[in-house]
Amino acid sequence: MDEWRRLQPRKAGPYKVVGKPLPKVDAYSTVTGRAIYADDIILPRMLYGGLLRSPHPHARIISINTRKARELPGVLAVITGEDLPRKYGILPSSQDETALAVDKVRYVGDPVAAVAAVDPDTLEQALRLIEVEYEVLPALMSIEEALARPDIKIHEETRNGNIHKAVSYEFGDIEAGFAAADYVREDWFYYEGNNHVPIETHACLARWEPDPHDPIGGKLTLWSSTQTPHYVHREVSKVLGIPPSHLRVIAPHVGGGFGGKSDPFSHEICACELARRTGRPVKITCTREEVFLIHRGRHPVKMWIKTGVKRDGTITAMHFRSFLDGGAYGSYGVATTYYTGALQPVTYALPAYKFEGMRVFTNKPPCGPKRGHGTPQPRFAVEVHLDKIAADLGVDPIELRKRNLVRPYSRTINGLRITSCALEECLDQVVSRSGWREFHAARLAREAEATRQSSPVRHGMGLALSTYICGAGKPIYWNDMPHSAVQIRLDRGGGVTVYCGATDIGQGSTSVLAYIVAEELGIEPERIHLETADTTLTPVDLGSYSSRVTFMAGNAAIQAARRLKELLHSVAAERLRLPPDRLESSDGFIYCIDDPQVALSFEQAVQLAEARYGALVAAGSYAPPEDIHGDFKGAGVGPSPAYSYSACVALVGVDIETGEVKVEKLWLAHDVGQAINPLLVAGQVEGSAYMGYGEALMEQQIFRKGRHKIPSILDYKIPTTLDTPEIETILVGQPDEEGPFGGKEAGQGPLLPVIPAIANAIYNAVGIRIDEVPITPDKVLRALKAARSEPGERPLPPPRVTPIVLNERWPARLIRWSPEQREPRPDPTNGHHQHPRQGESAPHGAASTSSRLPQKGGTA
Amino acid sequence: MLRLPPFRYLAPRTLSEATRLLAEEGPQAMPVAGGTDLLPNMKRRQFTPAVLVGLRRLRELKGISGSPDVGVRIGAGETLTSISNHPLIRAHYPALALAAAAVSTPQLRNAGTIGGNILLDTRCNYYNQTEFWRHSIGYCMKRDGSICLVAPGSPRCWAISSADTAPVLVALQARVRLVSVRGEREIPIQELFYDDGMRPYTREADEILQEIWLPPALGWRSTYLKLRRRGSFDFPILGVAVALRREPDGRIGDARITLGAVASHPVEAEEAMARLRGQQPTPTLLQEVATLAAKRARPLDNADLTITYRKQLTPIYVRRALDLLVEAEQGSGAE
Repeated sequence: MDEWRRLQPRKAGPYKVVGKPLPKVDAYSTVTGRAIYADDIILPRMLYGGLLRSPHPHARIISINTRKARELPGVLAVITGEDLPRKYGILPSSQDETALAVDKVRYVGDPVAAVAAVDPDTLEQALRLIEVEYEVLPALMSIEEALARPDIKIHEETRNGNIHKAVSYEFGDIEAGFAAADYVREDWFYYEGNNHVPIETHACLARWEPDPHDPIGGKLTLWSSTQTPHYVHREVSKVLGIPPSHLRVIAPHVGGGFGGKSDPFSHEICACELARRTGRPVKITCTREEVFLIHRGRHPVKMWIKTGVKRDGTITAMHFRSFLDGGAYGSYGVATTYYTGALQPVTYALPAYKFEGMRVFTNKPPCGPKRGHGTPQPRFAVEVHLDKIAADLGVDPIELRKRNLVRPYSRTINGLRITSCALEECLDQVVSRSGWREFHAARLAREAEATRQSSPVRHGMGLALSTYICGAGKPIYWNDMPHSAVQIRLDRGGGVTVYCGATDIGQGSTSVLAYIVAEELGIEPERIHLETADTTLTPVDLGSYSSRVTFMAGNAAIQAARRLKELLHSVAAERLRLPPDRLESSDGFIYCIDDPQVALSFEQAVQLAEARYGALVAAGSYAPPEDIHGDFKGAGVGPSPAYSYSACVALVGVDIETGEVKVEKLWLAHDVGQAINPLLVAGQVEGSAYMGYGEALMEQQIFRKGRHKIPSILDYKIPTTLDTPEIETILVGQPDEEGPFGGKEAGQGPLLPVIPAIANAIYNAVGIRIDEVPITPDKVLRALKAARSEPGERPLPPPRVTPIVLNERWPARLIRWSPEQREPRPDPTNGHHQHPRQGESAPHGAASTSSRLPQKGGTA
Repeated sequence: MLRLPPFRYLAPRTLSEATRLLAEEGPQAMPVAGGTDLLPNMKRRQFTPAVLVGLRRLRELKGISGSPDVGVRIGAGETLTSISNHPLIRAHYPALALAAAAVSTPQLRNAGTIGGNILLDTRCNYYNQTEFWRHSIGYCMKRDGSICLVAPGSPRCWAISSADTAPVLVALQARVRLVSVRGEREIPIQELFYDDGMRPYTREADEILQEIWLPPALGWRSTYLKLRRRGSFDFPILGVAVALRREPDGRIGDARITLGAVASHPVEAEEAMARLRGQQPTPTLLQEVATLAAKRARPLDNADLTITYRKQLTPIYVRRALDLLVEAEQGSGAE
């Protein structure tokens, strides 16, 4: 039986801290500019580092001459590819990057050399003095070009042209599914890439402390604006050949990440190497343009989708293909490819599902994970496609969706375990709060009124649903260790220090640790000191990605706190002469449930416990349960200990003369289980809605003549405050049995339905479909003109997504899988699903016993 | 963060000291007021002046005074915020207040001046890029290169006049005073502009734009519409400035229509203006005038959104500006 469940049942409500709209623990320091970001750190004798980047999208390096740069007074080190030849990459399967280019450059911005100098002006001058001779190669700038020119290989290692990864799956009987359909529809969609645009640009500072008595020669510390100190720790250690024991990675305050700071980066590795060579601290701070070039942003994805439905809209089969433009390197791209297919069956119950995905290399900055990682693109495609099917069949789009919703506590056709799910409640909430039915009923009257007032604006409402993971079920590199761990130390003065590798990138993960520990120990959050995101001081948390931190670090924190609480209650029970099960902790006291006057202060209890047990330190850890996915190769992407659910209604006004779209309001219902802090959850929902709105209408990472067309935040359009629509956040759902206090994710899921809801609203307003994101006013106007041309006019054809024609069969072996014999069965022991204890996990990917499966409504 | 190139900063206290410093330092010197356009451009190495002559202390460049019946003087050093908030300008030259309020963001309007906006460097998305970017693509003729990257066969530069206040001041028939050690001159603002992306102003390197004179406003109505992607921050991809004076019988006494961001200078729609004069403003006529005005817009692929779109939007924005003025007048009933 799992120990952390044994220690104490879930604390009974009402909670003192959890569920309260408290400010973030770092709110004051952040908004007053006191918070320390990587670029704020200045050390004695610090040098300024920088990277020379490729001016060509694709070229062979003939020679590099660094002599003039090295001879410039004030330059202390210049390094090139041969100094750091070891390949790396965030995924073990895509080790295709070098810190500095070796032989070839693959995009404008690919780092070629790095310099450390005494000041920024000398640095700039030195970078200009490096002479690089290139042989320019043809550049492949789109999915189509990459597929059409297998003879121009961006990476020699690819087996098949420029195809980085191709996958093919069939779940259930797809042929039978389509045969059972009354109606089948196919559509193509395109989703343009976009950047995260964190307000803080990437920055890092490396310090080498030499020690001649150490066989390694010294120790290295790296402060970096990263979401994943643990993975940076691994990769820097590997490339520099320094054992992890001699390397410390610290993420200071991080000014936004959204996925863009989840890879190990060239500037981090180069700063470390330059610091080691010079024996002086080296700082590298990227410019905004470099952020656009480092990228790792949303993949451009072209998608084809074919769905079979019954007359009433019940889905019988879905076939989905995705083509991802990966840019020049692997990054998270293999995972992204899987994610474009994995979650379709988690929103709608698909009886048969075929997914084929491929990612190609192009000569653009590498794409990677951005908020929603690989799922906003298919969400856009699926939700618009279903809206079209509803219109074709004359079925209400809400009814069509209701017929197909996944059910709580079920298994998907691709083997994913679904636990709590309030999707239907999300849908009902946005429909009623937005006045959906009334709005649609009043359509004719509204149009008549617009005509009478000769207003060019037509209004429309659209809807979409989505789901997202609460943490990836598998770590990035295979292992049986916890995904997150928390250590807590109690001070005899009553102080509490919480140590956790979790990295707060603005989402509030540090605050959440404070709330959870405060709730468990019955103290106020302000008493808690937090040490986070430091690979030397804090136990490992894998990082701020996949919406995993609150869920996993939160559970680890509960376990650690309960272990300490048990010690405190044992001494308090003795002193108060009460059985331990009659004690509760809150407001800084441990007291008798039956007579709260019988109490001991938290400090007294700590002192008694320290006298009895010695130093009061406890740790907790968390790993997701094993049996939450299928047992086929590739089943590791998609599983999660729980899923969040969202629904969105968008109200838009479309100007039929100018094609301009104004989103007037977004209603977003989100199933977060139990909100640990509803204020922070609303912040995440609003931030997601804002970002989704920007992606839907304006953001695009686009290229012209091989170069990023608009690498500045003046020209790359992200919405301003004035553009941002009104957002109504509606939190729904019941506490999830696996989540900390029942909490689920909120950081990414709410973005997903926003884009298709806006697209569907535009259709509802003016009857045109733009199947390509972003939906810019020029596309809308073109479609409007094509739809409403007067006799004699010859408008341009409406914007249309060009299909990708494959001359050969899908370049991946088909894997067939069905979930037979994997129906959930009641857990005979108790209502909680259990966790494998550390070291006792079932073999990776193997089917384990059904006793670990969840059961709804079990007794706690 | 991009670094400024090294430069000396001189801070004169009087206009004559400033003109003397500009003359002494020669073409290596540039005047700087709010710096909101110049300093970012220096970071990207579009400009690398050895000397900056600061204009912010000059009292001669300050002040907004006058009245609608005699006209208004605006010091070129007044900020865009003070212009957009000024009661006299809001009441009698609303197009200028609207244009000033439409520039960039509140922070930049608090620093940026009207003189700086009028003399904004022309813009092009092959030119307004970092040194690294321009090096990567091989530079353009406007700085460090020899060809125009938008129209490679073209002998000239097609960078776009992107100041919001410029087309408005043309439509309002403003005059400007330029001062140098060689003397001073007052010219109609149209004569400040050249249709040349590389050298868009007739201002000589040693001249300082001191002040702007607006003519009497009695009987005139004006407005400014700006096409851009977002509610803030963006430069115009089309600016439409319209000023109308109606006769007592409702006919158009005089009309000025100026387009911004469609060429390297503010473009007056002469044919359209002529078509309006002396006419009753019927919807059919306004539509015809809008179409005529739009013929002057010849956008190229060097700004946001597509050429076709920017071209298609021009008559719509002109007509909407005309509608606003005509309706406002009819709505008010008087005059």
